[in-house]
Amino acid sequence: MIEAVWALIGDDLPALQIAVPLLAATVCVLVRRPRAAWAVAMLVAWSAFANAAVILHRVLTTGTISYFEGGWPVPWGIELRIDLLNALVLLVVTGICAIVLLAAPRSLAAEVPEEKHYLFYAVYLLCMTGLAGMTVTGDAFNVFVFLEISSLSSYALISQGRTPRALTSAIQYLVMGTLGGTFILLGIGMLYMTTGTLNIVDLASRLAMVGPNRTVLVALACITVGTGIKLALFPLHIWLPNAYTYAPAVVTAFIAATATKVAYYVLVRFVYSIFQVSLAFEVNRLDAVLLPVSIAAMFAGSLVAIYQDDLKRMLAYSSLAQIGYMVLGLALANVNGLTGGLVHIFNHAIMKCGLFLVLAAVLLRTGSTRLSAFAGLGRRMPLTFAAFVVGGLSLIGVPLTVGFVSKWYLVLGALDAGLWPVAVLILASSLLAVVYVWRVVEVGWFAEPPADAPEVAEAPLGLLVPIWILIGATLFFGVFTSLSAGVASAAARMLIGGAA
Amino acid sequence: MSAVAAVGLAVVWPLAAVVLIALTHRRPNLRETGTLLTAGSLFAVVAGVILPAVQAGGRPRLEVLELLPGLELAFEVEPLGMLFGLVASGLWLVTTFYSIGYMRGHHEANQTRFYICFAIAICGALGVAFAANVLTLFIFYELITISTYPLVTHSGTEAAKRAGRLYLGILMGTSIAFLLLAVAWTWLAAGTTDFRPGGILAGAVGGTQLVALLALYAFGTGKAALMPFHRWLPAAMVAPTPVSALLHAVAVVKAGVFTVLKVAVYIFGIDLLATTGASRWLTWVAAFTIIAASCVAISKDNLKARLAYSTISQLSYIVLGAALATTAGALGGGMHILMHAFGKITLFFCAGAIMVGAHKTEVSELDGLGRRMPFTFGAFLLGSLSVIGLPPAGGSWSKWFLLLGAAEADAWPMMVVLMASSLLSIAYLMPIVVRGFFRPAPADDGHGAGIHEAPLLCVLPPVVTALGGIVLFFVADDVWRLLTGMVP
Amino acid sequence: MLDLGLYNYWVVIFLMMTGLYVVISRGNLIKKVIGLNIFQVSVIMFYVSMGKVRGGTAPILAEGIEVYSNPLPHVLMLTAIVVGVATSAVALALIVRIKEAYGTIEEDEIRVVEGEEEAR
Repeated sequence: MIEAVWALIGDDLPALQIAVPLLAATVCVLVRRPRAAWAVAMLVAWSAFANAAVILHRVLTTGTISYFEGGWPVPWGIELRIDLLNALVLLVVTGICAIVLLAAPRSLAAEVPEEKHYLFYAVYLLCMTGLAGMTVTGDAFNVFVFLEISSLSSYALISQGRTPRALTSAIQYLVMGTLGGTFILLGIGMLYMTTGTLNIVDLASRLAMVGPNRTVLVALACITVGTGIKLALFPLHIWLPNAYTYAPAVVTAFIAATATKVAYYVLVRFVYSIFQVSLAFEVNRLDAVLLPVSIAAMFAGSLVAIYQDDLKRMLAYSSLAQIGYMVLGLALANVNGLTGGLVHIFNHAIMKCGLFLVLAAVLLRTGSTRLSAFAGLGRRMPLTFAAFVVGGLSLIGVPLTVGFVSKWYLVLGALDAGLWPVAVLILASSLLAVVYVWRVVEVGWFAEPPADAPEVAEAPLGLLVPIWILIGATLFFGVFTSLSAGVASAAARMLIGGAA
Repeated sequence: MSAVAAVGLAVVWPLAAVVLIALTHRRPNLRETGTLLTAGSLFAVVAGVILPAVQAGGRPRLEVLELLPGLELAFEVEPLGMLFGLVASGLWLVTTFYSIGYMRGHHEANQTRFYICFAIAICGALGVAFAANVLTLFIFYELITISTYPLVTHSGTEAAKRAGRLYLGILMGTSIAFLLLAVAWTWLAAGTTDFRPGGILAGAVGGTQLVALLALYAFGTGKAALMPFHRWLPAAMVAPTPVSALLHAVAVVKAGVFTVLKVAVYIFGIDLLATTGASRWLTWVAAFTIIAASCVAISKDNLKARLAYSTISQLSYIVLGAALATTAGALGGGMHILMHAFGKITLFFCAGAIMVGAHKTEVSELDGLGRRMPFTFGAFLLGSLSVIGLPPAGGSWSKWFLLLGAAEADAWPMMVVLMASSLLSIAYLMPIVVRGFFRPAPADDGHGAGIHEAPLLCVLPPVVTALGGIVLFFVADDVWRLLTGMVP
Repeated sequence: MLDLGLYNYWVVIFLMMTGLYVVISRGNLIKKVIGLNIFQVSVIMFYVSMGKVRGGTAPILAEGIEVYSNPLPHVLMLTAIVVGVATSAVALALIVRIKEAYGTIEEDEIRVVEGEEEAR
């Protein structure tokens, strides 16, 4: 039986990553009952996660997977192409989708009216479709299409927040996001203009033949700006703090851990697979733009985070800083640096998602995510608070957490590139993380809750389980790094070696 | 049990105490018994299994796992680490007795948390002691920082909170900004972070880069309390006295100077430092810290603050020993880890006993107390001798070797500094003893009558460690022989 | 000198900048969405222009015609138009909700309302 099924779908796994959530989204709308819709979403998300794991395993054992949609061979058809890089990203995206769904029912109940839940799950699956599609596709225009699918659904998800400010945040994101998407489209158009192809592998080989010219430079600029907006690279980040702050808590956890990561993946894919090191860095000096910008992001994000009263906003600004680390890794253009950037996709996703879920739990129990809500949390919600402390330590980059692994590679990359002041700056900015994390820890540890505060119980299991899966993962992958850092460094070597 | 297994066990064993303590948190007597048993068995393992193996010239090595390609979490016991491991585990046992007396006598809250964090800190100290490479050392170093934060801020008052901020800010700040950078640099330059006899940097790093790297290590190890990164230590004195005694006289601060010494000997190599002169500037920083901290100590009236500055001063002896880049200096520094540990823990124990027994915290309030608390003040006298470096206390040997090391390096200013510092330490320690024994008690205001010796568990430990300091004077030869294994 | 042979690209650039300017300078959300549409349309025209082959006809198979325009960019733009419509739809839906919540669609007035809420 299983073998029969396997024979049927075994070769179509990459396509299933897109098709199944897309169809399931409509199923969610049809079933209408919140519980049933949730069950459908869970089934789809967890099987997508398992699927991603199988795909990663296959890529590791047999090499890059290439799949022709509808059986049309390239360059006519659309290719799905999965190598080490996007296999890892796919695993992160589907994994986060699945784990956040565990927390969704309890957390949503407090924020979104129940009659809208089935729609929420439908849109959630659409967003997942878009993100997975962007990740697996081997076609540049397809990237744009899936980007818009994920963006449109994330606007809808964000607008579900409790306050009207969710609406204004969503429209702000919509305007910025559409500009970003259109810039990407423009850049892809210019690439098509110069090469006459949209397939990423073809693009790479033909661009290398065409060599440097003005159109290629403008295409690179457009794509960098476009993805820069989508991944909220300072100073194109205006949409992010509001969107993260006012979206429902689970949505924040989901988007923070996936949307920006996939946008970063797109940038890496374009820069390293299509333009490749010679065009992007040696001819066009992309690093001269991205290095200062990413360092500015590291400091601006962390500095602003220190002064935030709303912890969702604080973590949002911390995300800006972390995005700075990732882009810095890209801009260093050596194996260690890029490994740091890529492994941070994985690492930052699990720790930030865990931290945002902690806030979801605090919001559920105390009704607020302000700093004052943390008063006495160490005694009132010890397990939740402990999760925050561990996640925070990981943000700082303390050894045996995942944050350390990323930072280690980034520092090595900076030293490799001969940029030791950059290495110092990376470490100095982690000190800012100490400040904004410890501010919260101090309140949770010492401050007494106000006398009239209602009794607060520990978070429900529905939230504690996903929180501790993620926080446990930050510890586990901080020690056993072969999955995260091993794959990331192999991917980095592949990308820098030039073989797409 | 093989020595290799014992090494792994020793590092993990304190965590067993954590489990025991957490399980028995409702029954204090059972909880304390559990802590005592683990501490006792830990010391038995370290002294009974690992020590003979290392004395026989063995280097038991345990590779736990590969963190990143080429970078292992591994342990290897060499003489210096052996000594530090012995000190940390042995004094943990003594301190646990003392903690029971002190915490109960002082009616402290949250005692379970206290014992748990304490055990984790000891795990960190042993990890630092036995680390086979700088990365492993760094990991356990950070574990100590984090686990001692709740201990420093134990009382939860505003002052404790401020102190905690300073503590974490300096220790974590220096370690992340400097030490981690130094580790990464070492790894890139030498292709390994292993501690190897003779060092790994020869030929890999040279010139001013060597100086810069040494500076990153020396200042990155905030726990060594080199000026200007020393402020956390006096701040940490808001912690309960057992914490100040074991952690801020032994485990935490010694982890710092141990790191500096170990890095100087096994990463740089004494020969490299001696031939390039890369560590000469560090002798001056250490000398400055020795003298300046002693002067500040004289001016402090608060007993624990005075001891804290004394610790800062004494720690720099060890840094000086490392920076002199001579065999005698390094050995003297290593010995001083042991000798000063016994001396200073005695003094802190006494300070705590005075606090429990007489509720006094200032030096100026101690007049005449010696006659009511003879054992406490007697132990204080012996501890002072050890810290000052007068026979028949063990401290005289380490100071002697440090002087030899300075002479060997032709650094006569450093000899002057060492002598001057001895005089200064007489000036800040002896008045306490003199006040206790020879000044008359202040006119009885009705409270004096209640003053008597602190509970037995508070008084016995300082007496034991004070006598231990004397015993060390006579067994210094064995220590010396153990340590000679660390220089090729 | 303007190269009038490529005038359609100048139109594209003009439209693009117009759209971008409207998005940035206007506080009225509807106008912002219009600006966004202009911006998107400029890119659509860009694609269509580059698909044009001089002397070619519409890409429909017929007797006697040998030069066709490149159909691919045109097809791609069908998708882009759909995306644009969907974006506008979501945006307009959000604007309706904003109007209900705030009673206005002017950004500066919304900010005033939000500021008042913050103060409370």
